[in-house]
Amino acid sequence: MSRSIVPVQVARQPWQMILPLTALVLFGSAVLYSAAGGHLQPWAVTHVIRFAVFLGMAVVMSRFSRELFKLGSYPIYFAVLILLILVEMLGAIGGGSQRWLNLGFMTLQPSELMKPAIVLVLARFFDALPAPMTASWRGLVPAGGLIAVPAAFVIIQPDLGTALAICFGGVVVMFLAGLPLRWFVAGGLAGMIIAPLAYFFGLHDYQRKRVLIFMDPESDPLGSGYHITQSKIAIGSGGIFGKGFGNGSQSHLEYLPESHTDFVFATMAEEWGLVGGLFVLLVFALVLRWGIGIARRAPDRFSQLLAAGMVATIFFYAMINTMMVMGLAPVVGIPLPFMSHGGSSMMTNMICIGTLMAIDRWRVRPAGLS
Amino acid sequence: MNWKAIWRMPTTSPALLRQSFERRVVVLGAIQGGLGVLLASRLAYLSVAQNEKYQLEAESNRVNLTLIPPRRGWVLDRNGAPLASNRADFRVDVIPERLIDADKTVNQLGQLLQLTAIEVQDLKDKLDKAHGFQPVEVKSGLDWERFAAVSVRLPDLPGVVPQRGFSRYYPTGPSVGHLIGYVGPASAEEYEKDRNPLLVTPGYKVGKDGMEKQFEELLRGTPGARRVEVTASGRVVRDLDTREDVPGKPLHLTINGPLQDYAARRLGLESGAVVVMDCLTGDLLTMVSMPSFDPNSFADGIGRIEWKMLSDDDHVPLRNKVLRGLFPPGSTVKPMVALAFLEAGLSPDASVGCGGGLRVGNRVFHCWNRRGHGTVNMAKGIYQSCDVYFYHFAQQIGMEKIAAMAKRLGLGQQFELPVVGQSYGTVPDPAWKMKKYGKEWAVFDTVNATIGQGYMLVNPLQQAVMAARLASGMELMPRLLYDKNPPQPKSLGIPQEHLDYIHQAMSDVVNGPGTAGRARLPIENVLLAGKTGTAQVVGLNISSGKGGLWKHRDHGHFICFAPFDKPRYACAVVIQHGGGSGAAYPVARDVMTYLFDPGKAMDVLLEMEKGWGGTPQERMAAKYASYSAQYGARAPVVSPQAQESAAAAADEPVAPRSQPEVRDAQTPPPEPVIEAPTLAPAARPSPAPAPTIVLPQ
Repeated sequence: MSRSIVPVQVARQPWQMILPLTALVLFGSAVLYSAAGGHLQPWAVTHVIRFAVFLGMAVVMSRFSRELFKLGSYPIYFAVLILLILVEMLGAIGGGSQRWLNLGFMTLQPSELMKPAIVLVLARFFDALPAPMTASWRGLVPAGGLIAVPAAFVIIQPDLGTALAICFGGVVVMFLAGLPLRWFVAGGLAGMIIAPLAYFFGLHDYQRKRVLIFMDPESDPLGSGYHITQSKIAIGSGGIFGKGFGNGSQSHLEYLPESHTDFVFATMAEEWGLVGGLFVLLVFALVLRWGIGIARRAPDRFSQLLAAGMVATIFFYAMINTMMVMGLAPVVGIPLPFMSHGGSSMMTNMICIGTLMAIDRWRVRPAGLS
Repeated sequence: MNWKAIWRMPTTSPALLRQSFERRVVVLGAIQGGLGVLLASRLAYLSVAQNEKYQLEAESNRVNLTLIPPRRGWVLDRNGAPLASNRADFRVDVIPERLIDADKTVNQLGQLLQLTAIEVQDLKDKLDKAHGFQPVEVKSGLDWERFAAVSVRLPDLPGVVPQRGFSRYYPTGPSVGHLIGYVGPASAEEYEKDRNPLLVTPGYKVGKDGMEKQFEELLRGTPGARRVEVTASGRVVRDLDTREDVPGKPLHLTINGPLQDYAARRLGLESGAVVVMDCLTGDLLTMVSMPSFDPNSFADGIGRIEWKMLSDDDHVPLRNKVLRGLFPPGSTVKPMVALAFLEAGLSPDASVGCGGGLRVGNRVFHCWNRRGHGTVNMAKGIYQSCDVYFYHFAQQIGMEKIAAMAKRLGLGQQFELPVVGQSYGTVPDPAWKMKKYGKEWAVFDTVNATIGQGYMLVNPLQQAVMAARLASGMELMPRLLYDKNPPQPKSLGIPQEHLDYIHQAMSDVVNGPGTAGRARLPIENVLLAGKTGTAQVVGLNISSGKGGLWKHRDHGHFICFAPFDKPRYACAVVIQHGGGSGAAYPVARDVMTYLFDPGKAMDVLLEMEKGWGGTPQERMAAKYASYSAQYGARAPVVSPQAQESAAAAADEPVAPRSQPEVRDAQTPPPEPVIEAPTLAPAARPSPAPAPTIVLPQ
């Protein structure tokens, strides 16, 4: 591929990722079209438009230099943290529970922005941290603080899913930064000991009930287990080839809750079956493999950690969501990237994509816009 | 991979960190890949291995099967006219389980359906008692406007089910209440027994009493079904298919509907029973117990006002007196006793002198006529109802033979009838008394029994059977189910000349010098033969039995058949506390007249009903109106067992359950000489001189 009629700026884009991703978004849009009862409004069109807008944003981001990312890391982190606190306070003052800012064409949840921001700030932190200190408390404590403060604010919203996503992104960056493995093993062991103690002594009855229902959703088919049960029915009844486009009874007759957001995978699987589900998983595999490839080829520590953290963030979304709809994880309210209808989630994931695209470019052309 | 190196991180350097990163990224990638494979397998497991299960569940989500209650089979009289039919109507039910705010919904329904305060109170009562799955009827028989008013507001009324359906209709209302019974929503117990989803379908009713209960299976039919596609919130998206219901089979009874209604109305304000039997087949043409209840108004359960009305009424409207009422039969047993005498070889001409009483042992038993009847043979003993004649010869013949004849003619017997229950009473004999009380039979026991007092207890059905068997000489069995070719009854083996003698004497009761001259039929060439009876309820030291407290008055009895020379119909009438047989035989006369000339009988009745305040239905409506004006929604709550079965609440028979031992000779009951009009109990004049109790000397 030496010379081509395609302009170099176009040819340079990572089409091996963009093409499958676009296919996934269009597929998601078709599912949303069906979920709306065969209408482009209110979800299908906005879904595609948002993707187009945020793809443009990602392309612009991809031209930002490494220095700009490094420079912006702490200001962005604290700006998002302040936004998070601000929204929390506004919600408390207003007496309501508003966790978002209205930007006109979409609503923005600062907690969503925190997911890439935490990865960015930790990458910057470990990049600057002298190598010998990585294995000492000076590597652990500040990083832990950077994760814990926003996670605490999100968890009191209460939004357990997003808090977990923030923690997961941060912990993955810490893990890849080379913190001693025994700390993670010790942390895991502590978690295994604390979890049952917390279950029996720390949780309210209703919270304990939710855990039990997650273990056995059929025990409460009309209550909290309803979501999982109906989602499994939707997926299971789809079979290999699905019920056909527009024929999903679970979603159209409103048995499936949140059929256009958190449970969009179930909506899709009911109409497209196993084949549709494997296609979605395949696209995620391609995108994530592309991201891991970038991380491995990344020229320096900051880029490495940043790229791997962004991949982990997307991965966490996709994994928790699909596990949830298939009854392998509790219902925590995490949307499926690129398929669920929702501006904040689309923006977060496209920021991750844009960052990865930028890192990809740093390897080819170390200097970019600055 | 060098796990040891990962584990034991040496003093770090940028190069080592880079190595560590590369290793750990591979680990992370492997974990991601592994989870991806896990997700794909889980997806395949759900959609392939468990596909069938989930497809079924999705179908059961999507498709809602609504049962269409089957139309109940009609109950027909012998001529095919409906005694119970179905009426198309609009109805509204609620399903308590699906109510979100019960009080709000009830009040809203009250407004939309224009319910009265009483109806709203009754609805709340029913909701309090209802179990989650049982539908509760709000109102049936709605007009289109009110039905539509609820239907269009359904989204705001969760748990409310408006329906077009059929409801049970009894054209003659109270006249068939005890006979046919009534229908109502299935109770929790009934649903426990029969886990049929039909039982909890709104609008479906099961038989609660009488024929409706006995022939539930036959009348039920097969429900139809409607398959609809519904959303999670229950909104119907479209109809998938509908299967029509199969109506229940009709039940053909031997009852003569118009006669049943006539008899019920003719009883007027009295508490009593009328049974009419066909003397050729044993078909029961009429089986009436009054006062009664209107089965039409029981279909939605018993409301507070209704319950208050029923429980205040000392005439016990809920008790079927034909089967459940036990009465001392009084002198109506005399033809039967006479037949026993004839069979024992007593000459009908054997006479005794009646001086107004007879000494038995150290007691004097009085004849109802204190002045005495002079010389009395068997015929005179019957038509003048002379007690002394029977006292005298019963002692000669003995109780065993009399009791045997009583049982042959149907007294003390339980018949094979499709009814909820029968109280069969007592025909006493020495063995019975020994078994029951451990005492020897005394002569005065025989004396009491021969005039239908003492231990003797019968129900009105048995009296009708006795009349029909006396008339025909056949072992007629009472029948309720119509059959074009009824079984040929066996002969009782009583010589025809004996029967002819008794028939003549019974005809003389009415058409000759007897005790019921006013019972003569106003029909040419049809002579009625009958026998009066007056049964004492309390000792003469308490009441004369003629006036005073209603519950102290004598029972009035009359058994009869017509035409006397070629018996076709037999009839028994009991008027509880009617003050004597004078209350009973005019009823029997008019009912028998109706069989031969309905127009003539109807004219008499219509004239009487003017004085009574209309037909039973009209009187009940007026009473309901005055009760609701007086008590409103403050009437006491309906007792739980009444909710289940109104009949069960009134199961206690008229006579006390534990029959007291008769220790003393009872003074014979008086026979009224002048006919007492049956207009109103208070207006009845006090007849005939009342004999007083005579203490043993």
